[in-house]
Amino acid sequence: MTVDVSKYGENRMQYVTHKKKQVNWTKRILVTVMLLYLSLFLLVPLVFIFTKAFEQGAAVYFAAITERDALSAVKLTLLVAIITVPLNTIFGVAAAWCITKFQFRGKQLLLSLIELPFAVSPVIAGLVFVLFFSPRGVLGPLLTDWGIKVIFSVPGIIIATMFVTLPFVARELIPVMQAQGSAEEEAAISLGANGWQMFFRVTLPTIKWGLLYGMILCNARAIGEFGAVSVVSGRIRGMTNTMPLHVEILYNEYQFSAAFAFASLMSLLAFLTLIVKSWIEWRTEKEQQV
Amino acid sequence: MSIEICNVTKHYGSFQALTDINLTIPKGELVALLGPSGSGKTTLLRIIAGLESIEEGGILFDGKDLSEVHVNQRDVGFVFQHYALFKHMTVFDNIAFGLNIRKKRLRPSKKEIEQKVNELLDLVKLSGFAHRYPTQLSGGQRQRVALARALAVEPKILLLDEPFGALDAKVRKELRRWLRKLHNEIHVTSVFVTHDQEEALDVADRIVIMNKGKIEQLGTPSEVYDKPASPFVYDFLGNVNLFHGRLHKGKLDLGSATFDAPDHLHANDKEAIGYVRPHHLTIEREKQSEEAIAAKISFMHSIGPTWHIEMKREDSEAYVEVELSKEDYAQLQLKVGEVVYVSPKEVKVFIPEDFVI
Repeated sequence: MTVDVSKYGENRMQYVTHKKKQVNWTKRILVTVMLLYLSLFLLVPLVFIFTKAFEQGAAVYFAAITERDALSAVKLTLLVAIITVPLNTIFGVAAAWCITKFQFRGKQLLLSLIELPFAVSPVIAGLVFVLFFSPRGVLGPLLTDWGIKVIFSVPGIIIATMFVTLPFVARELIPVMQAQGSAEEEAAISLGANGWQMFFRVTLPTIKWGLLYGMILCNARAIGEFGAVSVVSGRIRGMTNTMPLHVEILYNEYQFSAAFAFASLMSLLAFLTLIVKSWIEWRTEKEQQV
Repeated sequence: MSIEICNVTKHYGSFQALTDINLTIPKGELVALLGPSGSGKTTLLRIIAGLESIEEGGILFDGKDLSEVHVNQRDVGFVFQHYALFKHMTVFDNIAFGLNIRKKRLRPSKKEIEQKVNELLDLVKLSGFAHRYPTQLSGGQRQRVALARALAVEPKILLLDEPFGALDAKVRKELRRWLRKLHNEIHVTSVFVTHDQEEALDVADRIVIMNKGKIEQLGTPSEVYDKPASPFVYDFLGNVNLFHGRLHKGKLDLGSATFDAPDHLHANDKEAIGYVRPHHLTIEREKQSEEAIAAKISFMHSIGPTWHIEMKREDSEAYVEVELSKEDYAQLQLKVGEVVYVSPKEVKVFIPEDFVI
């Protein structure tokens, strides 16, 4: 049986070119709008930060970021990130695991609870912790008796940051683990693996990029969190000031160049995060293609 | 190792997946669990493996109760429908996995593991593929790797969940023949799940036919095919024509014809159904016996070496399908619209159980 392919092919070509033209127009418009939008709200302010930062010369810039209080803010911020990210990673893996591998009542509720920090304004979250841990709060008197100070000190900042960054890892992992299914894990167990061997040899390698991605987002937010931290920190210079809080204080004191210098430092951190994130995305894509 | 399944029951919520299953699988046999989807065959396999818990009853391997023994201690090899290979490991590492994770004092040396993996690669005809990743293999190759991986730990029992389900027809046939040959060589007690009748009939020593969480029939391929124990089995194992009639003293009265039903000599005026396979019907131009039924040919088409003739009965308007060989078809010179007489070479009569009391 023969079919007149030539005619069919011709029609098809027409159809394709016609469609291509249409796509091109929509594409052009969308790309233009997006680029304009991005430059207006992202690129211009970013350039502005750096020009402002170097307005009074490099000397002022470096003085601003090496000053004692500034260094203490950097240290505190890093400390908060170093504690928060691993804890939320463990929580995120555990939560994603139990949501994707087990059937139980209240699963939907647990999912919503994990996402709660996204829904609640960070300032409200901060206030809740103040009410809870302050000397006149629920747990405060007990903690004061034991000599533990949470509010207006480092533990409060860590707790507030943990709350705000809680969903990131779990949210990244749940879709990855759902798509993965549990057949590979069952295979590992049927071959004699115990729970830890299964997790470290089979589960972790398959989720590693998603996990790293979630950790990076979590880290970025832990460094940048302002609202919740500003309520619980009390902003004691050199003690409970994190990087974003330090920027605000400088700004309020009309030290614009210093404020922008410090802001540029944070922007650089964001850039670094972005680069690592794109690298991970590139890696995941490459791995999926193989 | 023999497997005994005693009074096993399983629910998923309100869905009754298995009801009171009793089954013994002798040592060294290759047994197929055959049934439509939702019949509970995969659930039963996963229960044997220990991947699903049981609510009632017990599983015994060689007489030892394993209900409380964890999957990783059961010495079973499990092959999954979609292979479940570890994507981040090479073929070699996949096969070696079960040996590599053993406690140090039980673990073979690196050299022994390498030797074992190479032996298995030879067995599954994949030597030379050791350093590929699963994504670089075809479906059939992946399934053979999965099989090698399961065999590496020298399981006492091999369980396969629709092992060829995701493969195309030709590869499937090749691979199941190969599995049969492999089983003849290594003789490990094996259970495989399938919904493909042909596959079960082709490969298994014995077939367990399941429906709605119960076992319908257990027997050798020829037993279940030639002597189906229930209408379900008859229907499931191939195409079938139904002839409704009244059964009285060994005769099934269809109105315009009468079939012999020697199994039911003592039946007394009961409603019954005669089951006849399409290739057990003959076509004639004249009514030559009591058994012949007039039917009008409505459609004819050929599938491979056989011709399928669809016709409508003159008395009841019911459809009848007949399968003829090419030679018979050529000899008869049938035409669409023609009225002919069909008569059965073999009938199996079932009395529908009285569900309404």
